Amino acid sequence: MKSTADHATLAEQFNRDEERVDWHDGALWWIRQKRDRSANQTPQWEELREAASAIKSNVISNLHDYLVQFEDNLKKNGVKVYWAADAEEHNQIVYSILKAKEITQMVKSKSMLTEECGLNEYLHERGIDVINSDLGEYIQQIDNEPPSHIVLPCIHKRKEEIGELFHEHLGTEKGLSDPTLLTRVARKHLRNVFLTRRAALTGVNFAVAETGEYVVCTNEGNADMGAHLSEVQIASMGLEKLIPERKHLGVFLRLLARSAIGQPITIYSSHFKKPRPGQEMHLILVDKGRSSLMARPDFRDSLKCIKCGGCMNTCPVYRKSGGLSYHNTISGPIGAILAPNLDMQQHADLPFASTLCGSCSNVCPVKIPIHDQLYKWRQVIVKEGYVANRKTFSMKAMSLTFSSPEMYQTAGKTGRWILNHAPFAVNHKLNPWYRQRDMPGSPKQSFGEWYKKNINSKDKH
Amino acid sequence: MKVALFIPCYINQLYPAAAIATLELLQKLAVEVTYPAKQTCCGQPMANSGFEHMTQSCNNLFIENFSGFDYIVAPSASCVLHIKDHLHSHADEAAATAIRGRIYELVEFLTDVLKIESLDAYFPHKVGIHQSCHGLRGLHLAQMSELVAPDFSKPQHLLNMVQGIEMISLDRKDECCGFGGLFCIAEESVSVKMGKDRITDHTKNGAEYITSPDLSCLMHMEGILQRNKSNVKIIHIAEILNSNMPAL
Repeated sequence: MKSTADHATLAEQFNRDEERVDWHDGALWWIRQKRDRSANQTPQWEELREAASAIKSNVISNLHDYLVQFEDNLKKNGVKVYWAADAEEHNQIVYSILKAKEITQMVKSKSMLTEECGLNEYLHERGIDVINSDLGEYIQQIDNEPPSHIVLPCIHKRKEEIGELFHEHLGTEKGLSDPTLLTRVARKHLRNVFLTRRAALTGVNFAVAETGEYVVCTNEGNADMGAHLSEVQIASMGLEKLIPERKHLGVFLRLLARSAIGQPITIYSSHFKKPRPGQEMHLILVDKGRSSLMARPDFRDSLKCIKCGGCMNTCPVYRKSGGLSYHNTISGPIGAILAPNLDMQQHADLPFASTLCGSCSNVCPVKIPIHDQLYKWRQVIVKEGYVANRKTFSMKAMSLTFSSPEMYQTAGKTGRWILNHAPFAVNHKLNPWYRQRDMPGSPKQSFGEWYKKNINSKDKH
Repeated sequence: MKVALFIPCYINQLYPAAAIATLELLQKLAVEVTYPAKQTCCGQPMANSGFEHMTQSCNNLFIENFSGFDYIVAPSASCVLHIKDHLHSHADEAAATAIRGRIYELVEFLTDVLKIESLDAYFPHKVGIHQSCHGLRGLHLAQMSELVAPDFSKPQHLLNMVQGIEMISLDRKDECCGFGGLFCIAEESVSVKMGKDRITDHTKNGAEYITSPDLSCLMHMEGILQRNKSNVKIIHIAEILNSNMPAL
């Protein structure tokens, strides 16, 4: 059973406050414009995208070899390596690492993978407290809400709402909404968290097969602070995060922050390779649907994603419906092509939450043909029976009508007659077109009828 | 040059004036145009809804109607893109391939095949171009704002030949209007909001008319304009390019 409302329903709720929609749309469009300026100032931008796409194609095609190479190098570097098939296994591994050291508190820097795995809840049930150290993630965590954007987790919240949350949870003065002051309060609070937590978990942006190191990109330095102060450092990564060699970072680091927020590079691009003396390093390689996605040739390319969020910022549907309407950790266009692979029934609506405008594919730094995949997912979802019967029925009727010139002409004539003589049959609230739009005008004759009278009679073809 | 005119189903039924303008414009340019009478639909409404497997009989009919011409021209970027990307045949793939290579949207036919450099057209109004996404990102009728590449615009190039016209510029020159086929029904609230925002961009920049190589986008925006009693009108680009010079 589908457990949440679908995208259209949630988007309709989001749209009840139009002024808020305008604000949300404007904030993300501003980021899209920053991305455009940044891309235009970068020499050979399109060639960079092409190179990134080609490197990732190579990775996906040779994933097995790169994974084995990466594992060997991790071990040489003194990092403990784990393989997790799914969320459950991943969470168990993290728990067992923490339990062995009797750790009950952990600090986490932004990791979408652990969000997807529901790690915080899993550990919480077992008496382990996790604090998200990325400011946006932290805000979402204290509000008990999932991130609405993979790079800007609380982009849907206004500063006044964040001020209210801080007042409630951190005891700031009521009505305080100045971002600098709020950040200062959060920093002070988080500083204490960093100093007292013995374990830190980070995500991974890029894992270098050649050296066994991994790179974490943040603007806040929170991954570094967590990792450097901890005695147990854990990294969780999806299998697809590999790149073959360190030199390839030059391509990806130039693309990532520019595509994400129009910034030349993240403030911190931290390389982690070996544990400090006395420190433990653990790395968990997580499948969670990656290998089943590899087995779908039409959708394999979505594994190239470097999680920049550029497709969300440019997507007009995302901007006007909000990330939470996608009811999935990864929202927006990329979420809509990744989610059906994980649970088709739960996410059958997402590939339809798009006009197929194609802007996402154009901003994608690794050139995933996102809108083509949305189209292809629609075909799969229909074939596997995840659409309403009435839709199948109306499609059959449509297909039948359009296959017969006579039926089509009669239907057209009937339709126009209704618009002219019985508009009440369509001008009502149950017709979603009519709710906020007038019906098109209805001419007396179709072009076909006009042509027959005016042209065919003159010159017979 | 034998050209077949493909008039998509909803234009045929609801916007015959745009179809007539297309026909007249091509005839003015001395093109021999035929309208195959048994044409219906390109199949896109089914395919975009995930029912591409139900479009074969539609495809067969399309191939039957449009084989044997040098070119097929249609005043709808979206339908042309659908045919280019998805017309196939179990029985005669060669015929389908030929059609996919010969079908043109009107603006690209005028620009790339006829290569026209002048027009006798007069349209003394302020006009904004709505780049349909399928025309823009599918058929590359203009440069896309996301890419780092030299600027060009085929619709603009043609409209520059029209006397008296004043083109307005937009804040977001190629944002989607939210029509999206059945998206406009399934995601009604987002669709309408996207349409409203596109319209506002045109109206606040002074447009009297919104034009496009795609009537489906315009139909959606027209519905919103009329509901809100706006004076701004929609007009297919063929009607502007076919508009007559004033009598002296």
